[in-house]
Amino acid sequence: MNPTRSSVPWLSRVALILLGVLFLLPFFWMVSTSLKPLNETMKLPPQWLPSSPQWHNYPDAMQAMGPFWLYARNSLLLAFLNVVGTVFSSALVAYGFSRLDWRGRDSCFFVLLATMMIPFPVVMVPIYGLFRALGWIGTFQPLWVPAFLAGAFNVFLLRQFFLSIPRDLSEAARIDGCSEFRIFWQIILPLAKPALLTVALFQFMATWNDFLGPLIFLARENQYTLALGLQALQGTISGTPWHHLMAASTLVLLPVLVLFFLTQRTFIRGIATTGLK
Amino acid sequence: MAKVLIENLYKIYPAEKGRPEKVAVDNANFEIQDREFMVLVGPSGCGKTTTLRMVAGLEEISRGAIYIDGKKINEIPPKDRDIAMVFQNYALYPHMSVYRNMAFGLELRGVPKEEIRRRVDSAARTLGLLEPDNLLERKPKALSGGQRQRVALGRAIVREPKAFLFDEPLSNLDAKMRVETRTEISRLHRQLASTMIYVTHDQTEAMTMADRIVVMRYGKIQQIAAPLDLYHQPANLFVAGFIGSPPMNFFTGTLNASRQGTLEFVEKVPAGQTPFRCPLFPDTSRRLSYRQDREVILGLRPEHLHPNSLTSGVTLEATVEVVEPMGAETFVYLRTEGHTCICRTTQSEFIDLEGKKLNLGPDLSRAVFFDPETEEAIPT
Repeated sequence: MNPTRSSVPWLSRVALILLGVLFLLPFFWMVSTSLKPLNETMKLPPQWLPSSPQWHNYPDAMQAMGPFWLYARNSLLLAFLNVVGTVFSSALVAYGFSRLDWRGRDSCFFVLLATMMIPFPVVMVPIYGLFRALGWIGTFQPLWVPAFLAGAFNVFLLRQFFLSIPRDLSEAARIDGCSEFRIFWQIILPLAKPALLTVALFQFMATWNDFLGPLIFLARENQYTLALGLQALQGTISGTPWHHLMAASTLVLLPVLVLFFLTQRTFIRGIATTGLK
Repeated sequence: MAKVLIENLYKIYPAEKGRPEKVAVDNANFEIQDREFMVLVGPSGCGKTTTLRMVAGLEEISRGAIYIDGKKINEIPPKDRDIAMVFQNYALYPHMSVYRNMAFGLELRGVPKEEIRRRVDSAARTLGLLEPDNLLERKPKALSGGQRQRVALGRAIVREPKAFLFDEPLSNLDAKMRVETRTEISRLHRQLASTMIYVTHDQTEAMTMADRIVVMRYGKIQQIAAPLDLYHQPANLFVAGFIGSPPMNFFTGTLNASRQGTLEFVEKVPAGQTPFRCPLFPDTSRRLSYRQDREVILGLRPEHLHPNSLTSGVTLEATVEVVEPMGAETFVYLRTEGHTCICRTTQSEFIDLEGKKLNLGPDLSRAVFFDPETEEAIPT
């Protein structure tokens, strides 16, 4: 066998394994640290595996965080509202930008894209002022109502997908007797399931992991989300309990991980078909 | 009853930056009789699909009117025009079964379930979607191109519309399936006795399927006639060259007085070359006497150029370039001095004659004359 020909795939395999190990390293460290006693967490040289797994770190961490299940419920509620709001509103707006012809459509889409360039910290203060004027500070509203107003990224993603659906499907539906909304609901949306699931997953992850939003808009502890609740484990008087922090972080990460593995085929197909890299 | 009247119809796309105003359909006027199979044919961009889409309600009408059974339908939405359309790419709903694809339009109209079942089963049986395999529960992706097109036909049939509209339905099929489906559509037309408007760029489809044909070019209607009338009496140079395959041969020349006192066609050739000459029949000569010494274009169909024929006493000498044996007939592509022409014959001895010289005898009784400036046919 030609050594040059066989060494190329072998090399790629090695490179990919190394890259994979590199990406998995933080997760491995997190889980490993979550099972260590505190005195093993910051040892030098680093101790890769716990001497004996401390499974009680997990219930201890949940206790140390405060009302863990309340935070989890809040995170889940916000994630649900955001996913529903984002998917529906982004799909509706993306439909308007892709399947309907109207004057100024492309200019409006360009303006929408431009808003994607604005980082959140830039608009954070004026948005805070807006919600304060509405009397929404200290409520959940600022964290889910905007999801029903269609964010630029998701609109862009879905628009690209909708553009790939042949126009004569809409025309056939129009002749069959569909109204424009029915074409959207019964023809376009069912065909867009991979893209919609991608939007839902992205939004779920963004809401689940969102720290800044809950930090600035929520007032009372019983409203906190898991991301915010993790903060309770940081910087206490006696120093950071890394083993508890890592255990809590692993718990917070778990739902997203499980969801991804359950839906990864559709998720990847959604990214591929929307042309996202 | 389903007469369709197109009256002074225009489709104008307004000027945009970088693009001037475009007139896609320019003053179209014709009437489709009840139960007629009307074909709109022409090259790409001639306005045939735009006209069909205006009838369907998928394009706005810029000017003019369309009437179905005497009722003006300009402002009526597609679903209320009582038409059904078959698309080039089938346009089947990928997430619905064949049954649901066919039933969808009826469901939206509130037709009772039993009636839907009856119509779908009947159409499916007619189109061979039940035997040998029952395709009703399959999704479109599990069907072949021909099967998908039959489902698209079925979707139109169950609607029992006033008029069927076809937008190049055979373009995506392979040659064999195209011939089969073409026959299927013609059979359906006889069976359903419905008005059908069919758009195609393929003149063979037009000739074989139509009761009448509308030939279009650059948005304008060139001629409306029955297939054989179009074939034998084309109204202008474009129709003559478009209809018929292989296309008509054209010779440019003048009508000069011959020694016999009749007119003679003399081909216009560069200096030093021998022109092709042929005398006109006395009747034709008399009728065209007013065009003496003026330029004309002589059109002769390939089957009216007979190889090695001495019947008319007139021959055109040409060199064989390519011979295409089609089985039942042979197409011979020839070159005269600076001019190419095609002859079509059922004689089979022309294979292996590439490079050899042939004498072609024109059948002038079938010749068509055109004015070179207006490109219109000259009546004879």
